[in-house]
Order: sequence, then C-alpha cells, then structure tokens
Amino acid sequence: MAGEINYAELKKGGFMKQKQKGFGSLRLKVIGGNLTAENIRVISEVAEKYGRGYVHMTSRQGVEIPFINVEQLAEVKEALLKGGVETGVCGPRVRTVTACQGSEICPSGCIDTYTLAKELDERYFGRELPHKFKFGVTGCMNNCLKAEENDVGIKGGMEITYNEEPCFSCGVCVKVCRTGALSMEDGKVVLDASKCNHCGRCVKSCPADAWVGTPGYIVSFGGTFGNFIYQGEELLPIIGDKETLFRVTDAAIEYFEENAKPSERFRKTLERLGIDGLKEKVRKAYEGGEE
Amino acid sequence: MAAEVIEFDEQVDITDVVCPITFVKAKVAIDELEDGQVIAVRMNDGEPVQNVPRSIKEEGHQILKLADNEDGTYTLYVRKVEEA
Repeated sequence: MAGEINYAELKKGGFMKQKQKGFGSLRLKVIGGNLTAENIRVISEVAEKYGRGYVHMTSRQGVEIPFINVEQLAEVKEALLKGGVETGVCGPRVRTVTACQGSEICPSGCIDTYTLAKELDERYFGRELPHKFKFGVTGCMNNCLKAEENDVGIKGGMEITYNEEPCFSCGVCVKVCRTGALSMEDGKVVLDASKCNHCGRCVKSCPADAWVGTPGYIVSFGGTFGNFIYQGEELLPIIGDKETLFRVTDAAIEYFEENAKPSERFRKTLERLGIDGLKEKVRKAYEGGEE
Repeated sequence: MAAEVIEFDEQVDITDVVCPITFVKAKVAIDELEDGQVIAVRMNDGEPVQNVPRSIKEEGHQILKLADNEDGTYTLYVRKVEEA
C-alpha cells in the first residue's frame, strides 16, 4: 500500500479512520446479526493479532475491530476471509441489513427475518447510491429491530381470518388484541377490520385455531435515526408475498437513485419533493404493473 | 363472560408476581397437575392477560375460558395436556 492512502476507497471496505494516525476500525460484514462460531473464532484471532484484543459491537448488529494498522489491512482481510468473514461497507451505499431472530426462533415472529435479510443482502448490499441506505427487518409488531428507523423497514405481520366453527368463545383473543379490533357480542367474536394492525396476537393466542393468519410484510419508507430523526411511513397495505415485496423495495431504491441529490438522504429527498411521487411508484409496484 | 361456571381441580394466583415470573408460576402449578385436570389461573389485567394465555398454549395445554372477574383481574381456565 505505497503512496497516498485513498480513504474513500478504504471506506468502501468498511475501514474507518481513527483519531490515532495510521489506524482504523475495520467494520465486518454481518447479515441479520448472525455470526457462526467459526466467524467469531477468526474475528477473535484477528483482534488479538492485529488489533488491541477487543471488538466493538455497532448499533446495527455489526462488529468492528478497532486499531487495525492501515499497512496491514490487506493481510487482515485475507486472514478474516479464511474464517468466512468479509468486510462491511460504509459511505453512500446499501448498508448492513439488520434482522431480529424472526419466526424460525422467536415465538412472537410472524416472518422468517433471517432468510429475508440474506435475500435483501444479496439483492442490494453495497449498491452505490446518493447516500447511505439502510434496510431493517423485524419479525413482528414488538419491533425489536426498529423497522421505522430504516430507509426501508420491513415488519412481519399477519392477515387474519376467522373461522366460527372451532371457536368456543373463550375470550382470549378479545383480550390480547391491543387495538380494540375484536369484541364479544352474544358469545361470538366480532372483528372490526379497520382497527386491525395485523399484529397476529389473536392467531398466536387462540386455543382453538379459530383465527388463521397469513404472514405478510408491512413496509415503511424514509426513516432515519441520526442527526435528524424521522419515523418511516407506511404507504401500502400489508404485502402477502415476496415477489411483490421485492418489486416494492426495488421501486423505493430506484426512486431514491433517480431523485436524490448527491449526498442527500432518502428522507430529505422525500421532504424536498413530497411523498406523493414515491407513493405512486411503490403503489404501482405493489399492484404489480410495469410502470 | 363471567357468568359461566367452570369446574376446576386446582387454582393459582399469579397477581402477586410480574413478567416473566407470571408464566413461570403458572407453569409450575400446571406441572403439578395430573393429565386432564383443570386449573384456574388468576392474573392481572394488562401484560399478564395479554401474554400468559399464549405462553400456556405454546406449552401445549388447552385453554378453556378467560373470565373477567371485574376487579382488574382475569381467571384463565386451563386443562393440562401431558406431552405425548
């Protein structure tokens, strides 16, 4: 690494300049917060050999190894790769896709968040854009992964249907519903669909399986939680299939790419232009048509 | 909802504990039952009544009824189902 050090190029590889001259904090690639035991082993070895024997956990499920000497960066990357660990990214591109443990692990989960995070990562990770762009996937309404703080947030939910036959009017669903969408009238459960927020708690708690839930994706757009804080907005109904979901996420990222000024965050673009343009674009994508 | 009377074998009051001990206390009480016996679990409104029924369902037991005691507590009637 002779001559001038190109920090912009280095940053792509997730190497963040430290106050200490010649050292950087090396961001590693993590998808959905999961690392294998082998990954952790090699990270540990590298932190001891090349860093100062510790790692830093970032706010978005990433791992960084501080105090990496820039002269040893290539060697470090090679050592990490042997344990299946790649470097992450920073700068104006698609960042780490975060995820909770989702329906494969968590009893509250409505969707398989980790699989979706991997798919989003394959589709978008590192893609160059006018500014940073964050995806976050959370499995249910409990929102452990804070969907709305991301440029595109995806939250698991359920579309619900009620079968009267197996229902024995135990009353549990009426009580677990947090939006007051369910009531008991003459011993029968009545749904006010306009109040349903698709949390699926009725489905999860129903002892008779009278409530049946179809998992779906609730998408929010334009969230940010740094210097400027804004809660991403839901612009569409719950999405029932991945094909539609990816059409919608493609549309959102394209809209950002086409309309943002350089170094302008998604939310700022939406503030400058108003939300209607994006709304129309994602609506078309949701409805399935070519635009 | 409170009108219907359900017969039960045992009862446990979990209104004196908070999450996650609410479920643990109920689970311990259910563990001591024979297969098919019914227990009345008295719990507070709010988090307990929103979460405990689901946890008991996930354990594989059968929920029979949730009765509003109209004093800020609810009674959940559960039939023990032994694991196969």
